[in-house]
Amino acid sequence: MQDKNDMNSKTKEKKKINEIKGFSSFTSALMAIVIGLLFGFIVMLLANPNNAVAGFRYVLLGGLSRFGNVLYFATPILMTGLSVAFAFKMGLFNIGASGQYTMGMFFALYVAFMFNLPPSIHWIVAILAGMVGGMLWGFIPGIFKSLLNVNEVITSIMTNYIGMYLVDMLIRSNEVMYIPSMTRTNYIPQHVQIRSLGIAGSNVNFGVIFAILIAIVLYIILQKTTFGYELKATGYNKHAAEYAGMNGKRNIILTMVIAGALSGLGGAFAILAPSEIAGSSMTYEPINVIAVNGFNGIAVALLGNSHPIGTIFSALFISYIQRGGTLASLVGYKPEIIDLVISVIIYFSAFAAIMSSALGGFFTRRNKKEKDKSDTQPVEDIEHDIINKEAEK
Amino acid sequence: MNTIYYLVQNMLPVSIPLLLVALGGMFTERSGVINIGLEGTMLAGAFAGALFAYNIQGSGLPPYMVLLICMIVAAVAGAVFAQLLSFAAVTMKANQVIVGTAMNMMMPAMILLISKMFFNSDGITTNVRYFIREVPVLSNIPVIGDLFFKNTYLTVLIGFLILIISTLVLYKTKFGLRLRACGEHPHAADSVGINVSKMRYIGVTISGILGGIGGYFYSVGITDGNINGHNGVAGFGFLALAVMIFGQWQPIKIMFAALFFAFLRTLAYSIPLIPFLDNLNIPTDYYKMMPYVATIIVLALTSKNSRAPKAEGIPFDKAQR
Repeated sequence: MQDKNDMNSKTKEKKKINEIKGFSSFTSALMAIVIGLLFGFIVMLLANPNNAVAGFRYVLLGGLSRFGNVLYFATPILMTGLSVAFAFKMGLFNIGASGQYTMGMFFALYVAFMFNLPPSIHWIVAILAGMVGGMLWGFIPGIFKSLLNVNEVITSIMTNYIGMYLVDMLIRSNEVMYIPSMTRTNYIPQHVQIRSLGIAGSNVNFGVIFAILIAIVLYIILQKTTFGYELKATGYNKHAAEYAGMNGKRNIILTMVIAGALSGLGGAFAILAPSEIAGSSMTYEPINVIAVNGFNGIAVALLGNSHPIGTIFSALFISYIQRGGTLASLVGYKPEIIDLVISVIIYFSAFAAIMSSALGGFFTRRNKKEKDKSDTQPVEDIEHDIINKEAEK
Repeated sequence: MNTIYYLVQNMLPVSIPLLLVALGGMFTERSGVINIGLEGTMLAGAFAGALFAYNIQGSGLPPYMVLLICMIVAAVAGAVFAQLLSFAAVTMKANQVIVGTAMNMMMPAMILLISKMFFNSDGITTNVRYFIREVPVLSNIPVIGDLFFKNTYLTVLIGFLILIISTLVLYKTKFGLRLRACGEHPHAADSVGINVSKMRYIGVTISGILGGIGGYFYSVGITDGNINGHNGVAGFGFLALAVMIFGQWQPIKIMFAALFFAFLRTLAYSIPLIPFLDNLNIPTDYYKMMPYVATIIVLALTSKNSRAPKAEGIPFDKAQR
């Protein structure tokens, strides 16, 4: 009986450590958020002390009244966030989510305008086309990294610019899509738009449901499949993984292609969404600006600790404070304050992870010490245990 | 001939920001820290410089004095901003690429916020005349006078001065040797009593100074003394990183790389003036993509025998062997 209790307490202890690890990654994200928000509040105080409290209240609570739109704006950054997070698991930094996102938008737009398909499948084909566009743009840094060992950070920054100029050029030269007098593309026809969820007063559509489903699928791939295991192993220790016989080169390309597909889907979800907010979707404006949503994806991934399920919540959070930020303009603050807050959050989450692992390490060590103390059994006892166990069998 | 004069005259002011920022990147990476945040550092310098110029432009100072004063302001701003990286990367041992990305996102937001709240615009517009039509005496030299001393900016001269100083500092001083040691083998450097953290702080600070100056020179030489938060410095911070890699972390090679990239960019923006290329009828966007495509190709070609500092990007941990 006694040894059974002992076993129980051991497994309990193990669980405790795991809980603490998960808990500390949550607290580190929370810490980064709190510091970021505090920084935003200080900037508000400096800019205009009288309205700071009112403005900050809008940032914190404003999103509540527009929760449908929070979901609507969370969809694209959830996808780019998943893209960055997925590459992170492999130890790759996919800063090229913007370019892949733009490519996804273009491919979706192209199918929407140039193809003549039955309305029931047209929108699905457009979404899949966006995915292909993103894959193509993720493939470039992937193949350069795996075959020529070129740093993926620089190549994907370059593909951001190339993608942006390329898409702008292709759109401007296409007479069917582009309306020069409006300096933007035509609005996409209604049957290609993603179906709305029909919640009054918001633009929320099926995109958000797809995005959450994709996050769950990614979680399963990472946790339950050999491929996911290989990815994580390569992310932890490249050389050990290669030594164990995993094909690192193939996995790098695959990871970047999947990451690209996710960003591309983000672009498709963004551009194909029906919305009443002018210019926020259904049309593309070629103005030589890199898509911000790709960079917001980095914040989302970092805040979510590169975990697919965590990413869902961090995307919702970022979208939530962005909505709050736009409302803060009612009392004279500019929405850019949220971009500032997000960048501060990224900055602190870069070393919050270090802090949390140090914190987690501290707890693990302390628990181990206690365990060591309680576990020091005489040899005879252990022998006794073994005999008991065999007897039980 | 006139086309060549025109291209060179326009290429030089474009190459200087690339050169300075790439040199800054070289100093940090030689000390062992990767600085992805150069784009943000450039913007910090450009914004501080332009803001200061905006405030003193009415005081009757000659343009070259305004330039020199604002250059110092930009350098200080860049150095202060770069401390965000050195604190995170050296003291906190954080992921340097993520910190750099945060820095790049921070500055455009900051510029837009400040300009929208206090100037009711997207950026700062100054009306200082930095442009020099011809340098007295020197512009009369045949060919060279036309190439280097007409339609130019003071930034070109300062840029090449900084190049010479950087080369001397890196190769001919005790400090330069120590800095390089910290990037190649920090533990060896540590074992002979060099303070690795301090050297890395200095390396990052130098990149802040050069990045800040480079950003201000971008606004002087390319956007006519103005800066705005939407276009920022058009990816020059990232291009400078590519220039640095193409230049194999060596000052003189970096100069040639900067000239090459500046040439591509100038070409892209002057297609209508070159009859031969204009007749081909290729959209200008193709040419605008060129520097970025060239970067990827160049990186692919040079990656096999890359001379990157061995310890770059790895936080220094005394206890690690």
